[in-house]
Amino acid sequence: MKGMSVIVKKVAQLLSAMIFVFGMYIAIHGHIMPGGGFTGGVLLASSFIVLVLAQGLEYFKLKQQRERTSLVESLSVLLILLLGFSGLFAGSMVFFGNYLPKGQPGELLSAGNIPIYSILIGIKVAATLFTIFLALTIYKEEVST
Amino acid sequence: MTLYILCFILFLTGLYGLLISRNIIKIVISLTIVEISIFLMLILIGYISGGIAPVIFQQEVPQHQAVVDPLPQTMVLTAIVIALATNSMILAMAIRLYKKYGTFDIHEINKLKG
Amino acid sequence: MNTEIYLTIILIIMIILALTAIHAKDLLSAVIAQGGIGYGLVICFLLLKAPDLAIVQIVAETITIIIMVAVLHDSTRFEMRCPTCRRDIINLTSALILGATLLYFFVDAISVLPPFGEHTLRMSANYVYDAIEKTGATNLVKGVLWDFRALDTLGEAAVLFTTAMGVLAILRLKGRVKNN
Repeated sequence: MKGMSVIVKKVAQLLSAMIFVFGMYIAIHGHIMPGGGFTGGVLLASSFIVLVLAQGLEYFKLKQQRERTSLVESLSVLLILLLGFSGLFAGSMVFFGNYLPKGQPGELLSAGNIPIYSILIGIKVAATLFTIFLALTIYKEEVST
Repeated sequence: MTLYILCFILFLTGLYGLLISRNIIKIVISLTIVEISIFLMLILIGYISGGIAPVIFQQEVPQHQAVVDPLPQTMVLTAIVIALATNSMILAMAIRLYKKYGTFDIHEINKLKG
Repeated sequence: MNTEIYLTIILIIMIILALTAIHAKDLLSAVIAQGGIGYGLVICFLLLKAPDLAIVQIVAETITIIIMVAVLHDSTRFEMRCPTCRRDIINLTSALILGATLLYFFVDAISVLPPFGEHTLRMSANYVYDAIEKTGATNLVKGVLWDFRALDTLGEAAVLFTTAMGVLAILRLKGRVKNN
């Protein structure tokens, strides 16, 4: 996959940073607004996808970096499971228990464990979708040559 | 009642596409149509006329205020992401088949096999 | 009452788009018609008071179209059609008969459901009226997703993980070579 013209590359660089920040905003505010982990994760993945589509595959040396997205994905699943297991030893002793202090409803720091799960699932969805996209493009190029 | 029947007709359209089409990309599109009709059916059942959306900017839900059922919305939220994942899985298989046989047509692939 | 009329119009447009997508000769136009169906679903979700789902669906549909176009990028775009085989006619008649039978049983079965807009909160009244006190989240959908029914969401994360592994296993041509 080759890169595009200079104008497209510059606009993609400027735009992808804004998409990234907006994705993080959506993922963090999931418990008080519409949005949440899934949406934020897909937005984070699409900010990377825009860059790759504009610059081409050779620019980033993505073939070496494909292993790292799998690593991030597995680590986030592991963290979600550990956080769920920690509910067995604290608070009301249930799996996935919500034992942190609840706070004032409507504030950013409220709702106990829910924002942490939201951020973790956002990282996980972003890593999974980016892995799938990279696999589809890289291996397609590899076979056709 | 007409809405439920129209939704089921959309489901039947997707099923017809699954039975009639020979191209793998067309099969993926028909599967997506079936999934979309099922999501819409679940949300249609959970709707309450005059209810507010289940995002509340107050300290407490007022009693006697109708709220749209959040349980089907949660299930559909999970199902949309899973549908995205399964679609990309089928497309990966389609790429491998295209590399091996040079076509997306299932009948051609059946002929070329062996 | 207005909601019902709007929903009916959008659903009819979606059915026409579905027929277009199935019968299109060019695969790229079929993909675009599928995108139209997805964005119609977004408007339906907004009318049915589900803003969460509308956001997720509009993002997921865009990613699906990008992946599909990436697959179609340098493959054959046009569908090969053989001159009407006998098998096509058998497929068409079986589809029509199956559809009519299913529609008959569906109309029979739907009389059990309450009519549109008169759903009663039976099981999830607890999820609505006690949610803010128990979980602290003002978005009730997130309260159900991560507190009352968190195990379902864990299963969903497991499905995503398995899919990524499966895609890599299908697409990788050469396995890792061991150094002797």
